[in-house]
Amino acid sequence: MSARDLLDLVWVVPALPLAGSVIILFFGKRLGEPNAGRLAALMMGLAFVASIVVFAAIISLPSDARTNVVNLYRWVPAGRFQVELGFLADPLSITWILFVTGIGTLIHVYSIGYMHGDPRFTRFFAYLNFFVAAMLVLVLGSSYLVTFLGWEGVGLASYLLISFWFERESAAVAGKKAFITNRIGDFGFMVAMFLIFATVGTLDYGVSGSVAGTVAGGTATAIALLLFLGAMGKSAQGPLYVWLADAMEGPTPVSALIHAATMVTAGVYLVARAHPFFDASSTAMTVVAWVGALTALYAGTIAIVQVDLKRVLAFSTISQLGYMFLALGVGAYDAAVFMVIAHACYKGALFLGAGSVIHSNEDNQDMRTMGALRKFMPVTAFAMVIAWLAIAGIPPFSGFWAKDGILESSFFAHSYGVWAVGTIAAAFTGFYMTRAIWMTFYANERFRAVDTVAAEAVSTSAAGAARVEEEELGSPIIMAYSPAAPPRLGHDPHESPKIMLWPLGILAFFAAVIGISDLPFQSIEFLNKWLDPVFGGVPQPHPTSFLSAFELDVLSVTLGLVGLFLAYAIYRHGFARREEDPIRRKLGSKIHSVLAHDWYYDEAIGRAVDGPGRKFANWLAYFVDAKVIDGAVNGVAWLFTWSSERLQRLQTGYVRQYALGIVLGAALLLLYAVARVYGG
Amino acid sequence: MSFPILTAIIVMPLVGAIGVLCTPANRPEIGRAIGYASTSATLGFAGWLLWSFQSVGGFQFVEENRWFDALGVGYIVGVDGFSIFMIAITALLFPLGLLAAHKLDHRLKAYIVFFLLLETAIMGIFLSLDLICFFVFWEFMLVPMYFLIAGWGSQRRKYAAMKFFLYTAFGSAFLLAAILVLGYLHQADTGVLTFDYRVLANWNGLSGTTEAWLFVGFMAAFAIKAPLFPFHTWLPDVHTEAPTAGSVVLAGVILKMGAYGFLRFSFELFPQASIDFAPLLLTLAVIGIVYGAVVAAMQKDAKRVIAYSSLSHMGFVILGIFSLTTIGIDGAVFTMVSHPLTTGALFLVIGMLYERRHTRMIDDYSGIWKATPILSAFFLVAVFAGIGLPGFSGFIGEFLALLGTFIANRWWAVVATTGVILAAVYMLWLYQRMFTGVPNEATAKMKDVNVREVVVVAPLLVLSLFIGLYPAPVLERVEPTVKRVIANFERKTDYREPKTPKVLDRLKSETGRSGPGRSRPGTAEPVEEAK
Repeated sequence: MSARDLLDLVWVVPALPLAGSVIILFFGKRLGEPNAGRLAALMMGLAFVASIVVFAAIISLPSDARTNVVNLYRWVPAGRFQVELGFLADPLSITWILFVTGIGTLIHVYSIGYMHGDPRFTRFFAYLNFFVAAMLVLVLGSSYLVTFLGWEGVGLASYLLISFWFERESAAVAGKKAFITNRIGDFGFMVAMFLIFATVGTLDYGVSGSVAGTVAGGTATAIALLLFLGAMGKSAQGPLYVWLADAMEGPTPVSALIHAATMVTAGVYLVARAHPFFDASSTAMTVVAWVGALTALYAGTIAIVQVDLKRVLAFSTISQLGYMFLALGVGAYDAAVFMVIAHACYKGALFLGAGSVIHSNEDNQDMRTMGALRKFMPVTAFAMVIAWLAIAGIPPFSGFWAKDGILESSFFAHSYGVWAVGTIAAAFTGFYMTRAIWMTFYANERFRAVDTVAAEAVSTSAAGAARVEEEELGSPIIMAYSPAAPPRLGHDPHESPKIMLWPLGILAFFAAVIGISDLPFQSIEFLNKWLDPVFGGVPQPHPTSFLSAFELDVLSVTLGLVGLFLAYAIYRHGFARREEDPIRRKLGSKIHSVLAHDWYYDEAIGRAVDGPGRKFANWLAYFVDAKVIDGAVNGVAWLFTWSSERLQRLQTGYVRQYALGIVLGAALLLLYAVARVYGG
Repeated sequence: MSFPILTAIIVMPLVGAIGVLCTPANRPEIGRAIGYASTSATLGFAGWLLWSFQSVGGFQFVEENRWFDALGVGYIVGVDGFSIFMIAITALLFPLGLLAAHKLDHRLKAYIVFFLLLETAIMGIFLSLDLICFFVFWEFMLVPMYFLIAGWGSQRRKYAAMKFFLYTAFGSAFLLAAILVLGYLHQADTGVLTFDYRVLANWNGLSGTTEAWLFVGFMAAFAIKAPLFPFHTWLPDVHTEAPTAGSVVLAGVILKMGAYGFLRFSFELFPQASIDFAPLLLTLAVIGIVYGAVVAAMQKDAKRVIAYSSLSHMGFVILGIFSLTTIGIDGAVFTMVSHPLTTGALFLVIGMLYERRHTRMIDDYSGIWKATPILSAFFLVAVFAGIGLPGFSGFIGEFLALLGTFIANRWWAVVATTGVILAAVYMLWLYQRMFTGVPNEATAKMKDVNVREVVVVAPLLVLSLFIGLYPAPVLERVEPTVKRVIANFERKTDYREPKTPKVLDRLKSETGRSGPGRSRPGTAEPVEEAK
């Protein structure tokens, strides 16, 4: 088989998990508990192997021939609108399927342990397999429409998985919120497709990309911004970030999958894939860069006060995705893709680690009731510490190379504004991750019924404690987030089973070393060269010299370290009392409260929809529709009845008499019309 | 002469109805068996028709018989791309509807008779090519529908039945008047009295104003039936009160008659007026899409939610039709095929819930997902199919309708596309309130679906998925007829279909810009030249 023949089989990659999903959906009961999970994991493993085969095949080709499209059949034939169900294999899509299937496999294996004993164990794996399959279709689609097929499949899967424990009201609401918020983005995606087709006459990536440069500036800007609206939905950027934090309601492996491999990276992929339209519009690029940078900073400010471990990670993901869009916006596509891969590894590790912590602490995810867990779960702690160093941008871990690559690019693209915002956000990253690690694994133990309180902590905080306005566990403040499961205290945490630790360890390993795939030294910049056929024509910003880049790195790493040590200084001794987060005193309760409530943004939307929004809809339904429109109809009917009662006492109300009325009426109209035509 | 397949399709249910009438009232199972037999036979005929249907633009299987010669009225039936799938869907929904009402035993015999008569009427409407003949079926359809609602509906059935009857009849009066005027004007012009649609469509003797007036006369009937905002208020009442099978047929095919009427009659009889009135109808359609979705969200009765969602969905159909583009009309006709499948499934599942709990109020339910997982899975699939998730049929139809509208009138399409957001809002909110959470006491006792119920719902959803993934068989059969209609516009008026750029031309003039190009000639042939 030649390399081309292998590339023609790229559709097998999504087909494997899809087949797994269908089998488990229909025969899940018969397969039973571990087997359904094993089958799902096996399908993912095979998909990963298939991806490697495809990768090997494509890399054996000369670099200018590394694009292959295979069409299975013509999906939508309507007039000039002809869309194939086609799969595109090129360096960009292959990069994506490698980490999607690789990390997906690890998460599947991990889930076998995590979901042990759940009454809907088999169904979980059917959804999980479907989730990955949809993501693979999204990535491999050869046109916007096929990508949209996967895009919406991802939306469906996320709905099913986020509301997996649908008996819980909050989970059901979170799933719905995720889907609806994504639909706002889909609106943009759909209109973008209309506009692309109306402008260039095709939705095919290859063809539309090659003519995008000829599109008028305003149109290109509109297309790019509409696509970006779609990307903001999936990647939780800008105003559409609100669903991601609530998506924590799903089981933790789902969060890992959403954050690391599937879903949120889809927006980055879309922008990278549609880059010709973005290249054609500097306005759109500026918007993307600024939305990314501001989102990175905004989410960072929220993350520093969250007390739910998964919620910290959620805002961290929003922030990190902000960096990726910052990179896209300054045209540093390679840097963005590199960050996606590095982030997939360390965020995957962080979530699997968080899952391990939650799993071993009776579903408790409130960091205020943790502390010193490293003694009880050393493997988890070690893996998460590595991931922490990676995300905080400490050299030589992967996050350093990724984040600094982006900041350098933005600086050398002369986008000093976004560069400054991104660099400041690095300090926040260092702070909130250190805080989370310290609250969870270090300082004093707080998970027992009676606190083992560090002596120093008592002495430093006792004075202030009395004056602090109390925010008890499970805060009564409306809509302010508090962790879902009430902590059951007084147990001993334990390390998770091996089936969960292995995937975690592997991901932590990659979080540490994946940086070597794109070291900034000319001869070994593997990723840049590999992606060259995709972004080759685009001049990407690069440091003018090694030294100038080094100065920037020193600055951003220093800022990251400042955040890190600040958090260490505050949380070194842990909490004096469980409900009393020291950061509250440092920030002052007003600022703390604003940040804890996501700057009140989400709540404002909630109130607007629930208040005036609902009032308006009710007015439409129960006044306009019921009274005005239907009232008019009934009024006319009443008028007829009333007059006919006067005029025709003989009327008996039988249907045939109404029929007579119809004929008479029609005859009158006819007479009028004939008279009109012939008379005038 | 070959076998009169179309007449067979029309007459078969009628024969069944007569057969049922002859059965003794104390042996309802015989009547039921005859009902199944005749609807199944009709389905068989329709299947055969679909199989032998050619993908060409003109009418096929035409049968022509004189009826009232002196009045120029004939019995003319024929099928083309607009009607073929309406016939197929009707033939499919009736046996399923009968199966869904299997448990019904209250005056069963009469129920089956009316149900079969309704099928005959609907088939007649979709197949008639003579305007008078069409009108007779159109009016006749009201009778069995009236009695089905009034006889087997729920609490306010009398009111709903009367509202349906009067409202529709009101529109029909204008339709009849317009038909008669058209016929006599044709006679005055040519000396031939005929109501043969094909003859009238080829005649070009109407003055501008007359054409507009006649268009309005037809529109009165079709807009009510479609329904277009603001003529829709009969729909929720009738939907809610009708028995399950009635709702399925109503949403499935009766709602399509308005759109079908525009396509079949208004377009070719009054091309100029159709073009002139398009902005008005597009606007009403867009209002219907958004308004229907918002009002649907606020309903307390699950069936009313689905009823208002139909208003929204039919907005997409009207939008696609009056985009006056090939792609848009393709999408509209596709939605007319798809909507019965998804909405039919939703009504069927709500009917199953009603059979179990005797309530349709959303607040009376909670946690159904936990109590009856398979039934809930059906509903969930139908919800996402209805929302327009790609992979299901709803997406193809709505996407093409919107795309066609965008090409012709972009801002209408942009506003209408917000409907996809709103659809997710009202459907998922409905699902959340009824199906998620912890089951309440009464819900927890519900039984999950039995085999019969699976057989009723599953085919609709499987078909929706199938034509969503592989719409070509439908689009191929529809498109030649769409092209015929567009060509008719371009021949009779100065209307020209807005063209989208031809990709290959652009590529030729292109000077090698980079991007994900095609390295392998012939594999990524994205667009075939249209002609």
